[in-house]
Amino acid sequence: MRHLMSPLDLSVEELDRILDLANDIEADPGKYAHACEGKKLATLFYEPSTRTRLSFEAAMLNLGGSVLGFSSADSSSAAKGESVADTIRVISCYADIAAMRHPKEGAPLVAALHSRIPVINAGDGGHQHPTQTLTDLLTIRSLKGRLGNITIGLCGDLKFGRTVHSLINALVRYEGVRFILISPEELRIPDYVREDVLRRSGHEFKEVIRLEEALPELDILYMTRVQKERFFNEEDYVRMKDFYILDKAKMKLAGPDMMVLHPLPRVNEISVEVDADPRAAYFRQAQYGVYVRMALILTLLEVKVC
Amino acid sequence: MLSVGQLNEGVVLDHISAGKAMDLYRYLKLGDLDCCVAIIKNARSNKLGRKDIIKVECPIEELDLDVLGYIDHTITVNIIKDGEIVEKKVLSLPKKLVNIIRCKNPRCITSIEQELEQVFYLADEENEVYRCRYCEEKYRHKAKHSLY
Repeated sequence: MRHLMSPLDLSVEELDRILDLANDIEADPGKYAHACEGKKLATLFYEPSTRTRLSFEAAMLNLGGSVLGFSSADSSSAAKGESVADTIRVISCYADIAAMRHPKEGAPLVAALHSRIPVINAGDGGHQHPTQTLTDLLTIRSLKGRLGNITIGLCGDLKFGRTVHSLINALVRYEGVRFILISPEELRIPDYVREDVLRRSGHEFKEVIRLEEALPELDILYMTRVQKERFFNEEDYVRMKDFYILDKAKMKLAGPDMMVLHPLPRVNEISVEVDADPRAAYFRQAQYGVYVRMALILTLLEVKVC
Repeated sequence: MLSVGQLNEGVVLDHISAGKAMDLYRYLKLGDLDCCVAIIKNARSNKLGRKDIIKVECPIEELDLDVLGYIDHTITVNIIKDGEIVEKKVLSLPKKLVNIIRCKNPRCITSIEQELEQVFYLADEENEVYRCRYCEEKYRHKAKHSLY
């Protein structure tokens, strides 16, 4: 039995198989419509995350399975003081697979250590969010046809944005990836990502402040939201939140094949006028999120569809 | 020179940095042992100038060498039988630490579920870096903070 705690739990070959399966689901969803009939997914969400939870639920329903769970700690036994280990022992009796989001880092690992069913980390604090990374990789591979030999610009909150750290960790396993890190001085990538991941990998990267400077070089622009909850004072947040706004004028600086991704939700960083641009791929990215979660559920449940 | 009686059976921890013997006494929980323990502080040493020494009259199995390796893997561990040194144990940084250091990350699951074992693994031997098994928070060995 396998769990998924971090994107790096999967080898490049295993990851390729999951992405291939997701593309096959995209091509012929009907083939998979009954693949998980009789199986149940438990969504154990100790903090609200409508998007990720619904994406998991849609994935299981698309596979013909059913879902059960809770969407905040208040409506779970955690409010009564039950440990994560005890919760998963009980849930193992009710469901075939579980997706867990928890505000505390490492909680899904604790669940995996005590579980009789596969556990998927659906986000643990600022630590890992592997299915977002799988979504990003599937989107890039599907839209660009490859994961190597690309120039990707990561823009916005590179300091606290775990999706960015996770994506960098996953992409350095592919050859020829160039990184352009676009952020204000205060939200630069943490040292450990710059030194332990980027520099150690030998991949080319540079750090810039101006988005306009980077745009002409990019195959992918990965925008991120400046998260209010990461700031200790309102003043700093207000100063940073509108630092980058991608609009029509800036999109003119980009190549015709550049794709814009965003883990969503967006606030101000992408103007709604960009939505109509064919290079805006963030809503398609959300769709890929469902396909890749379907592929992951099938893989962890070891369900084969011929 | 101060003379401490010869050990017939037990363990001598030698070349402890001067002043650290009492720390080791606590971390190794020597106070819980029901045997003779001698602590020599500020002994003369060719190698260190001054050093501490601990003599414990108990089998080696009763000492947690992982704790010792984590605290200072340059300490010499001599095993004594019939008054003679029969073995010198070489210490190294343990690959895994269980309930030796505590994770200080307030976002770690161990901060709210305190019955969980505190597990750290050696992530970078060269730079002596440990990481929490759950949240991967980094701990530099040299900092030696948050010991129980």
